Parts: sequence; structure tokens; C-alpha cells
Amino acid sequence: MAIIERLFGGVPRRALVGLAMLAAVLLLAPFVVSPFVVTVILLMFYFAYVGQAWNIMMGFAGQLSLGHSLYIGLGAYAAAALYMKAGIGPWAGIFLAIALAMAVGGIIGYLGFRFAITGVYFALLTIAFAEFFRILFDHIDWLGASAGYYLKVENRQENDPFNLRGSPTMFYYIMFGLVVLAFGLCRWLLTGRLGHYWLAIREDPEAAQATGIEVFRYKMMAVLLSSGMTALGGVFIAFYNNNLYPEQIFSMGRSIELLLGPIIGGLGTLFGPILGSALLVLVGEIMTDLTEGSQLAGLKQIFYGLVVLLIVLFLPGGVWPWLARLCGFDRDGERK
Amino acid sequence: MSGAALTVDAVGKSFRGLRAVHDVSFDVPAGAIQAVIGPNGAGKTTLFNLIAGVFKPDQGTVRLGDRTLNGLRPDQICAAGVGRTFQIVKPFKTLTVEKNVTIGALRQTTSVPQARDEARAILDRLGLYDKRNMLASNLTLPDRKRLEVARALATGPKLLLLDEVMAGLRPTETDQMVAFLRGLNESSGVTILLIEHVMRAVMALSQRVVVLHHGEKIAEGTPAEVTRDRAVLQVYLGEGGH
Repeated sequence: MAIIERLFGGVPRRALVGLAMLAAVLLLAPFVVSPFVVTVILLMFYFAYVGQAWNIMMGFAGQLSLGHSLYIGLGAYAAAALYMKAGIGPWAGIFLAIALAMAVGGIIGYLGFRFAITGVYFALLTIAFAEFFRILFDHIDWLGASAGYYLKVENRQENDPFNLRGSPTMFYYIMFGLVVLAFGLCRWLLTGRLGHYWLAIREDPEAAQATGIEVFRYKMMAVLLSSGMTALGGVFIAFYNNNLYPEQIFSMGRSIELLLGPIIGGLGTLFGPILGSALLVLVGEIMTDLTEGSQLAGLKQIFYGLVVLLIVLFLPGGVWPWLARLCGFDRDGERK
Repeated sequence: MSGAALTVDAVGKSFRGLRAVHDVSFDVPAGAIQAVIGPNGAGKTTLFNLIAGVFKPDQGTVRLGDRTLNGLRPDQICAAGVGRTFQIVKPFKTLTVEKNVTIGALRQTTSVPQARDEARAILDRLGLYDKRNMLASNLTLPDRKRLEVARALATGPKLLLLDEVMAGLRPTETDQMVAFLRGLNESSGVTILLIEHVMRAVMALSQRVVVLHHGEKIAEGTPAEVTRDRAVLQVYLGEGGH
């Protein structure tokens, strides 16, 4: 009961009803909508989940990572290699994926926080590591190097959730579960001591330290949790896409892609990553649809960029804080 | 909560050859209220930073009760029982007033609801209870100063270091703060060391005053004594000040 009180205490009743309705709609959606729409919502879930993981580091603890594709890639390659080379299923592979990402994240965090590399310089460090691993995986012949690494695709009648082989609908429910778990975990953390400490560090590290908070330790915890969670997203996206290319999965573009959701939705908020990711995937799909048949390459990207620009310009705090105020969920203006 | 004695023994600190604090020694008995005064640039805030662990002393030792604080990190020094405020206030801006103080109170408990109750009690005593749901960034400067004190107090200190918490306050607000600090000292026994320019507050609060000038202690005594001290008068009023 204490957990329920902690998760839902202080949340307006209307918000809870809205959340329950949203969950119900999403649970039933695959029975109603077309298979294509299922894949689109699935993509929203994926970005919502990894956005939530990134948000722990930047939104809560105030540490900017521009290299989160690194953890996606490590998770993806670790689980894929275990499955293909050793026949170990992805659910067991998750542990290696998470451990590997946390180890690398831990090294980055240690270097940055121990040697007082802060702000943009810390962000540069995260980029450097992601680039290093991109080039490294480009040259690991054992894992296909730059030609890519492929998971075996079988035509099967039934889903095999234990090996993550199956239809998009199966992945839809798994990703939905991840989004719910990540959302619950973040809410639980934010209402606890750890979350309070993260926010204090984000707001003012010096004052946080003077208030008795061991800043290094709590920053490390944010990086470890964020990198581990992100790697989990990498595992599922690998088994969903069935192919891995270092040039793509470790790329800077992917890192940016996954942080746009939380920024557009509302940095440091709980619902921001979900809302932002949903909006961005939606905008992306609409733009693809509109520019279909156009001879101009890059037209979609231009419109996509324009929409992002407009949102940032008019709602600099993100869409969710604005929406929350509009709905009367927000009473004091704190990020939620 | 009760007070602990502070011992500053021959403490020194230089920055690239510039002696910010040099060979400063004084004691603050447990439960006392003592002030550090001196002109701008005298090294008062540096001294506070040496006690609070922001800087490591080049020479000398700082002790709280029996415990040596030298070499400890600021968070460890806070855990040892030193609460501090910053001269240039450092609130957690986009958090509510209540959450600012709750974070301080989490030093003493792992339970957020318990810390919140503690925070509300402290906010009530400082007259900030009604503003507890405001963002810290929306507070006026006097309220931010009060918030600094509230957050430091919430960590459960045995020694409270207050760096110009009355600067920018109006006389009535200064009197309120003085009354609050005196009440706090009487009820909890917490030792208080304050840097202050507002002499009205220094005279009303402190049993003893340490005067710093160019990083060195030039006088120490009761407020009445130091205000008659020749060296002090010279520093404050110039050569012709006797």
C-alpha cells in the first residue's frame, strides 16, 4: 500500500482517470487499428522508453548526455551476439546488455565527475565515447563489422516471446510494458530521497553538496541507471529490427533523436518523454505521408525540423507543462 | 539537536600566492553565538569555505567538538553537523520552497514524508509556511535569505554558519531574524557563527566578535570591546579614526 500511496499520492483524480483511460485504449488498440498503426505506436513506445531513461540523467540529475546511442548499441549488440553465437535468449541476454552498458556508462561518469568535467564538456565526453564505439564496432569482423549484423528471421505462425521472435503486436505489448514500468519507476524515484537528491544536484551542485548530498555518488547512480535502462531498449529494438549497423545504431543522429522526445515533451517531467515521443513520431509519419511522391529529397526533414523549431520557440518548457497547466493538473509550476 | 564547539587553529589559505586567510585562530564555545566581521575582501567568506570544506586549508586545523574537519568533503562536513548558508543565495530555483527544505531534512531521515513534516515545521518558524508551494525562484530576496537558513537548519546542524543572512533586509526584518536566531539558539542550543555587516544585528546577537582584515585576525572580544579597539577603528574608518 505504501508503494501505491507513493506512486499515486497527490495526483489529481482527473489525471488518474485520464491515465487509466489512455492505458486501456493503448491495450485495446492492436485489436482495432491496422498493423501499420501498430508499428507506429510501437515506435512511439520505444522513443518514450529510451527518452524516459535519458531524462533520468539530464532531466532529473542535470547531466547532459549526447551519446546515448552508445548504450542502445551496446545493448543491441550484446543481446544479438549472445543469441546468434551462443543460443542464449534475449531475456537472459538482457543481463549482459545492461551490465555492459552500465560498465561503459560508469567509466564515462567516473571520468566526468571525478575530474570535474561538467556541462558541455561532459556532453562532449559522451559524444567521444559513442563515436569511439561506433568506429570500434565498424571493425569487429566477428560481429559483421561495417557490413552489419543480422538476426535470423524465421517465418513462423506463432509468436515466441521467450526468444522475442514474433509479430509487431508482440513487440507492441512488450514495449508498452517497458514504458509503464519506466514511468512507474521514475515516479517512484522522484518521490523518494534519491529523486530529491537528483533534483538538488540539477539545480545547484554546490548547494546540494553543502546540504549533505554526496554529489559524485548520486550523479553516478543517475548515469548507471540511465545507461542500463537505455541498453534494455537497445535489446528490444535489435530483436524487432533484426539488423544492426554500427553507422546507424551508434550514430550521433540516433542520440539526438532519442533526446528530442523528452525535450519537446518537457525536460525533467515524467509525462514529457511519453508525450514528446508520441508527438514527434506522429509529426514524422505525417510528414512522410505529405511528402510522399515529392521529388525533393530532404523535404520531410525540413518540415520535421520546422515543427520542432516552432514547439521549442513557443513552448520552451515543453508541451507537457503547458498542457498540464491547461488541464489544471499543475498547481505550483514545478516540473512534474 | 544541541551545539558543538568550533575550534579554528592557525588556519591559512592562499590562492596563487595571495594570502586570503592567514594564521587565524579562535574558538566558539558550544551553544555560543559569535560573529566574524571585517571589511570587504577581509577573507570572511573564505574562512567559512575553509570550515565548510569547500576549500582545504593549507595550514592549520578546524575541529567541531573532538572531530577534525580538515580534508573532509562539504557533504561529510554537513553530515558531521555543520549547516551553512551562502552569501549569494543558492536556492534550488525551480523547486518549491517546501522541497528545498525537505531536501535538507533528508539528511536526517530517509523518509520523504517525515522530512516534509520537519521542513514544514521549520518553514513555519521562519514565517515561510504560507509560501511553501511557491517556486524558490519566485521568492523575494529577504525570503530567499530565510530559505537559506531554513534549508541549512533542516540538515540538523550542531553549528550553523550564516553568511550575511541579514544583508538586504529591512530593519524590521533584521529584528525578526535576530529574534528567530536567538530563539533558535536558546531552544536548541545550536552554536552559531555568523558573518555580518549589519552591526545592529551583530551587537544584538553575538557574545563575541572576531575581526578579520587582509585575511588576518586583528581583534577579538565582546562587541563593545571590538568597537572601541584602535586597530578595528583604523580599518573601518581609516588612519585618522582614533
